[in-house]
Amino acid sequence: MDSDEDFVSTISSDEDVMQDDTDNDDLSGAEGDFDVFDDEPDDDPAILSHKSDKKESIAYDVSYRVYTPADIQRQQDEMVDEVNMILEMKKEDAAIMLRHFRWNKERLIEDYMDKPKAVLEAAGLGPSAETPPKLEVIPGFCCDICCEDDDDLLTFAMKCGHRYCVNCYRQYLHQKIREEGEAARIQCPAQGCHRIMDARSLDLLVTPELVERYRELLNRTYVEDKDILKWCPAPDCENAVECAVKKKDLDKVVPTVACGCGHRFCFGCILNDHQPAPCELVKRWLKKCADDSETANWISANTKECPKCNSTIEKNGGCNHMTCRKCKHEFCWMCMGLWSEHGTSWYNCNRFEEKSGTEARDAQARSRISLERYLHYYNRYANHEQSARLDKDIYQKTEKKMVQLQTASGMSWIEVQYLNTASQTLQTCRQTLKWTYAFAFYLARNNTTEIFEDNQKDLEMAVEALSEMFEKPIAELSDSKLKVDIMDKTAYCNKRRIIMLDDTADNLANGHWQFNVDFTDAGASAAAGSGSARR
Amino acid sequence: MASSSHKRITKELQECMSDPPSGMAVTLPSESDLRSWAVTLLGPPGTVYEGGTFQVTVNLPEDYPFKAPQVRFATRLYHPNVTNDSLGNICLPQLKSENWKPAGRVRAVLEALRQLLVEPNPDDPLEARIADEYRNNRAEFEKNAKGYVVRYAMK
Repeated sequence: MDSDEDFVSTISSDEDVMQDDTDNDDLSGAEGDFDVFDDEPDDDPAILSHKSDKKESIAYDVSYRVYTPADIQRQQDEMVDEVNMILEMKKEDAAIMLRHFRWNKERLIEDYMDKPKAVLEAAGLGPSAETPPKLEVIPGFCCDICCEDDDDLLTFAMKCGHRYCVNCYRQYLHQKIREEGEAARIQCPAQGCHRIMDARSLDLLVTPELVERYRELLNRTYVEDKDILKWCPAPDCENAVECAVKKKDLDKVVPTVACGCGHRFCFGCILNDHQPAPCELVKRWLKKCADDSETANWISANTKECPKCNSTIEKNGGCNHMTCRKCKHEFCWMCMGLWSEHGTSWYNCNRFEEKSGTEARDAQARSRISLERYLHYYNRYANHEQSARLDKDIYQKTEKKMVQLQTASGMSWIEVQYLNTASQTLQTCRQTLKWTYAFAFYLARNNTTEIFEDNQKDLEMAVEALSEMFEKPIAELSDSKLKVDIMDKTAYCNKRRIIMLDDTADNLANGHWQFNVDFTDAGASAAAGSGSARR
Repeated sequence: MASSSHKRITKELQECMSDPPSGMAVTLPSESDLRSWAVTLLGPPGTVYEGGTFQVTVNLPEDYPFKAPQVRFATRLYHPNVTNDSLGNICLPQLKSENWKPAGRVRAVLEALRQLLVEPNPDDPLEARIADEYRNNRAEFEKNAKGYVVRYAMK
């Protein structure tokens, strides 16, 4: 037994290594089917328009580009060089100016040409003498921060003339860089002085152990300041993705990108891939699911409060004569009035409340239908989400299965890869299916919804069929006919998913969907930068 | 670093004790702890706080002066920029980490604090309700603020 286990574990660890080697290939292979993925992010970063022209464009496909930390550095350097040449200013100054202008080169050049002095001042580069920054010993100097006045105290001051000892400067920078994560806009330590510490002064003062962190933070401003760049949100991934989709277009397109690390996310809201549902609907759906608003709806549909003691009462019988279990108050469910007044005049209540009574009944019925509708979509959404949560599990199971299959059937490693592909397809398709249900919840019925539902049904049936085959025991999996079936079904699932997404994205872009909520306005106002409460 | 901040704190404390900002007295509750100051602030004349005596605590963190001092009201007061609770947190721009500079002084903070009593800043409130009242119903605000002075700040 022991030796058996050892044997298997040796194989599987071997397998792990090989798996890792091919993992990326597999991934980009799979992506290649529908997402144009740039596997050479290094080439020619200056060209900002992308590669998608090599394929006929698919409606839901957005063009984007993945940058490694080295690419980001190079882009910054190039921009600095350009400004350095055009405006004939030192590179350090050009870098400060660019950061000040949030890397908007055109605006910088324009503004600088217009009123150079004011722009320099605003960027913290006021009237500058030509002398490079240096550390000095000034006899009789007393540092205003630490109050030291040793004769050999090294001091430093920027052009603003606020002089402090080097130790205090260094501790100040340590505080800013290490603890506050600030780098591009560190101000002079003097109270009220807004002069920004320039790159040369920082190079002089920043201690070696901080240099790396400092550069990293400077790099970050480049990505964070530019709307078309975003960090990949995957843990430990240092890449950034460039995508030109504007915030105001998020009601027309769901900009899904895949980072070089394999993580697929929405460029609009940084959440995991949520095609085909637009960001605003996703936001609403998640909120709806989170705050359990439907529980409240149910309560309002099915209960009333006792007019005397305010206990919540669920009506569980047909009679309108209610007796509160708590305070024994007797009242009429219909008009909430005292029951004693109804003893002889029930008919009066009915007539008086006739209109509002039916209204109340209608309201309750509507609320009930709305709840059932929500639950219909929610259950399906949650079901696929749960399956997605088991992704990791499935993946590991797949690996194990592939090893077992090799042993059982004598198939080679390459020959069992179809299971890996199937597993990934299952995960991606479930992710898509999940969001089709959230999307459908907000969809108002018109003649395009029927096609949507058919597409959804086809994809779901295909996925469930594939899932079922995938779960078959090893003995059956080694049957070569099943292998062909699984491969066919995998390809079919992918095809159905593309059809589904393509159709939805196309209709979204052309405004063919009607939604039962008005999310476009909210999206527009959010894009206008208000960001303030919508309530 | 500790010794350098020691020197600075000693100097600041001496200045504040021998020549305190107007309407204030600075003491050290425990001689062994230079980082905990007790400030007594008299309600500025001509304001709703006139006649009140407010206790303010100043704590200088380990990294002072590279981190801002922590300043709180130990006496409750009714003010848009001070939490209406026993914590007495204060919203003062100078004390925010992004605004604090190591060359800044406790003295300047205390002066700004006194100025906050003269001129509340309802646009940046900690107590939104009190700020609304200050803006829209000044009479009610003054009544409440004076009530607090009588209740909490009169000896």
